[in-house]
This record gives sequence, structure tokens and C-alpha cells, in this order.
Amino acid sequence: MAENISFLAQLLLTGFVLGSVYSLVALGFVLIYKSTSILNFAQGELLMFGAYVCLALVVGFRIPFIWAFLLTLAFSFILAVLLERAILRPMIGEPIISIIMVTIALSAVLRSLIQIVWGTETKVFPRIFSEEPIRFLGLFIAEVHLYSLLFALICVVLFALFFKFSSAGLAMRVTAFDQQIAQTLGINIKKIFALSWAISAIVSSIGGIILGNINGINNALAAMGLKVFPCVILGGLDSILGAIIGGFSIGILENLAGGYLDPVFGGGVKDVAPFVFLVIILMIKPYGLFGKIRIERL
Amino acid sequence: MPCGLFHTVYKTDEHIFKTIWVKSWLVAFGFFLLLLPFFVSNYVLYVCNMISIFIVGAIGLNILTGFTGQISIGHGAFVAVGAYTSAILTTKLGFPFWIALPIAGFFAAFIGMIFGIPSLRIKGLYLAIATLAAQFIIDYAIVHWERLTNGITGISVPSPTLFGFVFDNDKKFYYLLLGFALVAVVSGRNLFRTRVGRAFIAIRDRDISAELIGVDIFKYKLLAFGISSFYAGVAGSLWGHYTNVITPEHFTIVLSIDYLAMIIVGGLGSILGAVFGVVFMIIVPELLTTVGILLKSTFGEITALISAIKGLVFGVTIILFLVFEPDGLFEIWRRVRDYWKLWPFSYR
Repeated sequence: MAENISFLAQLLLTGFVLGSVYSLVALGFVLIYKSTSILNFAQGELLMFGAYVCLALVVGFRIPFIWAFLLTLAFSFILAVLLERAILRPMIGEPIISIIMVTIALSAVLRSLIQIVWGTETKVFPRIFSEEPIRFLGLFIAEVHLYSLLFALICVVLFALFFKFSSAGLAMRVTAFDQQIAQTLGINIKKIFALSWAISAIVSSIGGIILGNINGINNALAAMGLKVFPCVILGGLDSILGAIIGGFSIGILENLAGGYLDPVFGGGVKDVAPFVFLVIILMIKPYGLFGKIRIERL
Repeated sequence: MPCGLFHTVYKTDEHIFKTIWVKSWLVAFGFFLLLLPFFVSNYVLYVCNMISIFIVGAIGLNILTGFTGQISIGHGAFVAVGAYTSAILTTKLGFPFWIALPIAGFFAAFIGMIFGIPSLRIKGLYLAIATLAAQFIIDYAIVHWERLTNGITGISVPSPTLFGFVFDNDKKFYYLLLGFALVAVVSGRNLFRTRVGRAFIAIRDRDISAELIGVDIFKYKLLAFGISSFYAGVAGSLWGHYTNVITPEHFTIVLSIDYLAMIIVGGLGSILGAVFGVVFMIIVPELLTTVGILLKSTFGEITALISAIKGLVFGVTIILFLVFEPDGLFEIWRRVRDYWKLWPFSYR
């Protein structure tokens, strides 16, 4: 009995840690969708970019982790602004299928570039945290997991506060609500688009660095970009709070499903369970828990 | 010449090939296709066969996404359903290819319609995401339902036979696949001269208005998913019997994205565009592979690099097309053709 509860608690804890990373990535995704109505299929590749660049700076140039981290964020910022200017700006006003395809193509380009520069073998970050797991209420948690969770939570809270209280955050919310109203208020929406892409790339890079520390870095990180879809659909495509809650929920649900259903279905349930939830959510509540319901007018 | 072509009867206006010139060029092209296998290597025939198979699948996707406006990122999964159904019917139940193929098509259509049911409630982006989920779920089912599909080991599929004549080399398959591609193109093009086709286009343009004028959108949306998945299933079955072995690796989301890329580069909403898109998206990677093999002697082992470069070229091509020519190759063809037809005039 105690074993069952500790199994459950362990699953919940791992799910929570994973969910914190999902929340970060989902936050970035929803941010881009809210301001520019673009579904960013390249979110996973932005994640990979952050992880690989940070690794290159730490291992190749021997920069201390803190500075490498900040430099990576700066590079992500520049990459995002360039991408938005060169590729996404001309796509304003195009039908939705073209926009989806552009981000899919972008993800292929980024993934190929990373593969050309850094190859395909799994790389590991040098050890910053100790290997000893910490005991917490009878459960074991690796130090790297604990710090990742704390860090992700801090980032999520910081960004949520940024949107609520800073003037740039307010400008982004106005642009997301209605671009024309934002323009009449004197907001430069081109800058807002660039800013939302930049923030999204930054949070994805943070997520990538965290995941890279936990799991090692290879091309499979890009799959995170697709895992983010169930999170944002659960929370609602245009709700930041929804993205956060959706991320945690999917992380926990995925681990629970994996833990309890793997013996039944023979493994791999962790990867498909979020998508089954996705279909169920789409049937019950298509706009998610917190999304705005879209009314179509003729 | 067409700028002086006037129709007095609706029937002649609806003709697909309107002038004697177009019809003669078509006959000449037909002869070219029939005589091609006698002049080229097996590798070129292999590429042509791949083009034929993908034409069938791409026309299916274009019917759903280009003509009915339902974005589907799960097309690869329906191709997989068709391929596996056909493989299981021919290996485990001993059906001949000619019966297994239609059954595979209908079963894929059935599965397609099931995943089209959400289209009643959700539209646009959300439907795209639902089809994405369908892709992953079907992928998972194929890999893990080992008693039925052999999981990741895959199934060995026999070549089709017809009264003792076995289709086992590229040349024989060329004519078979050419026939199927031809049927797909003709049936696809004719679909849009019928009531069903017009209903699809109405749904794409404004589905609420279509409903107001009496088009039963749920029925026609389901039908679009069904017809599109039928084409996909047939393409999958043909592919399985051509390559003689199918594994789940071939039917991942990469296949769905390839199909989407083909119809977008070729031109959404046009059958000829789908053909152009397929030819373009198959020939360019093959050219890159050939270049890679040629460069191998000078640069050494760059096979892995070539596959990454293929991905890069794929992405960059699509981005360039979408930014500079969003209506695809068909639009370029139309401009060239109109310029040629109407010269020295500018407008018809």
C-alpha cells in the first residue's frame, strides 16, 4: 500500500518537473499565437537551438555556465528577431495553411542547420549538480530536477508578472486583443511581433537548457515542439494562464499514464497519451479551459 | 487560339480540354510516357514510379485541403492504414492484390471518416491539430499492435500477380502505376465538375454560407475526408506492393509533411498543381542525392551531411515559395501558359 502511494507520488513529482518545462515552452507558443495568430511549429527547434548554443559556449569556449546562459539568451533574441523580420513579416495576411507550412519549413531548416553544425550524436552538459538524490518526504529527487523545477517556476512567474504589470506586456496584450486598436493607440505592432517572437525564443531556450541538463542533448529535443500542442489546447490557445496550467497538467497526466498503462499496452504510452488527451479535449471543450470562444461572423 | 474561343453550349464550356491544340499535345505527351521505359535506366523508372504513387496520394490530400479547406497533417497515417491493410490481406489472408487494393482504400476511407468526425465541431487550426493527433495515435497503434502488424519489424509484401504475370520489376510496375496515376488524375479532375466537387469548394470558401444555401456540410466534410483517405489508402497499398516491405518508419509525420509540402509547392486547389508539386518535391531530393554521390569522390564521407542538406533545401525551398509565390508552381505555369496563349495581347 505504501509502495503504491510512493509510486504514485514519485510519478506526480517527475510529472511536475517535466510539466514545468512544458509550461515554459507552452508559454512561448501561446505568446506567439496571441500576438500574431501563428501556430509556431518551430518551437521545438528554438528549444534545441538554445540547448546546443549553450553547450557549445560552455564546452567549446569554456565560458562559465552563468555567462554562457545569458549569452545564449542574447543569441536566441537575435535569431528570433531575424526570423520574424525575414520570414514571418511577409506572411501577414496569408491563409492559415501557408503560415503553418512556413513554420514547418522553418523547423526543418533549423533542425538541418543544427545537424550540419553539431552532428547527430547525443551530447551531455558537464556536471554542475551533484549526483546524490535528495530525500524529500520519503521520495527521491535528483538535484538537477529540483533546481530545474525551481528555475522554471521562477521564469514562469516572472513572465506572467511581466505581462500583467509592465507597459511592454500591456502593449502585447492590446496587440493580441485587436491589432487595429493597438495601432490607433500608437503602439508599434511590428516591434510587438518581434518582441513576442524574441520572448518566445528566450523561454524556449531556457526550457532547452533545462531539458539538456536533465536528459542530454540530441535531435529528439525537437519533439518537444509537438508535445506542446496538447498543453496549449488544454489550456486554451490564447491564454497564458492556460498554457501554464496546461503544461503542468499534461506533464503529470503523461507520467501517470506512462506509469500505470505501460504494462497494459506494452510501453511507449508516455508519447501517445498526450495526443489521446488532445483528441478528447477537442471533442469536449475545443477552446480549452481558458481560451476565448471564437464567434464566426459572415 | 483560346483568346478567340467562344462557347455557345454549357457542355462545351465544361470541357476540360477545350481546343484541338491542347488535345494533340496531350496525345503526344501520352505517347512519350508510354515509350519512356524503353529509353531510360531503372533508376529513372524508379523515380517515375515514386512520382506516380505520390501523385495518387497528393491528389487525395489536395481534395481535402486544397478544395475543401480542411487542413490535414495526418495524411501519412491514412497512407499507412492502406499499406498495412493491403499487406495484411495479402500475406495473412491470401487475398490477391486486385481485391486487397480496393478493400485497403475503403478501409482507409473509413478510418479517415472517423478522424473527420471532429470536423463538425472544430475548424481551421484546431482541426489541423486534431489530425496531427490522429497521425501520432495511428502511428502508435501500428507500432504496438504487434499481433496484427509485426510492430517495428514490418511486413514483407508480395508483388501483385495477374493470371500468372508477376509485376516484379520497375518496368512492369511503371505501366501499372502510370495507369493508377492516370485514373487518379482523371477522377480527381472530374470530381470538380460534379455536384459533390462544387459542394467541397463551397465549404472551403465560406462554410456557413454553404450551409445556408443547402449544402449539408457535415455530410460533405465527412465525404471529403473519406475520398481523400481512399486515395491515400490506394497510394499506400501500391507503395507496399512496389517496395515489397513496409515498416512503421515510412509512415511517420515526415510523410504527412512531405505530402503537404507537395501540394502547397504545387498549388492548392488544383489537380495539375498537385502533379507539379509531386514531380518537383521528388526530383529535387533525388538530384541532391546524385550530386552527393558525385561529390563523394572529392569530399569523402558526406552522406550524413547530404541528408541534413536535403532537409535544409526542403525547408528553404518551401519558405521561398511561400514568401514569393504563395499560389505555387501552378500559378507560375498559368502565367507562362497565358502569356504564350495571348501574345501579343495582354488580356483575354
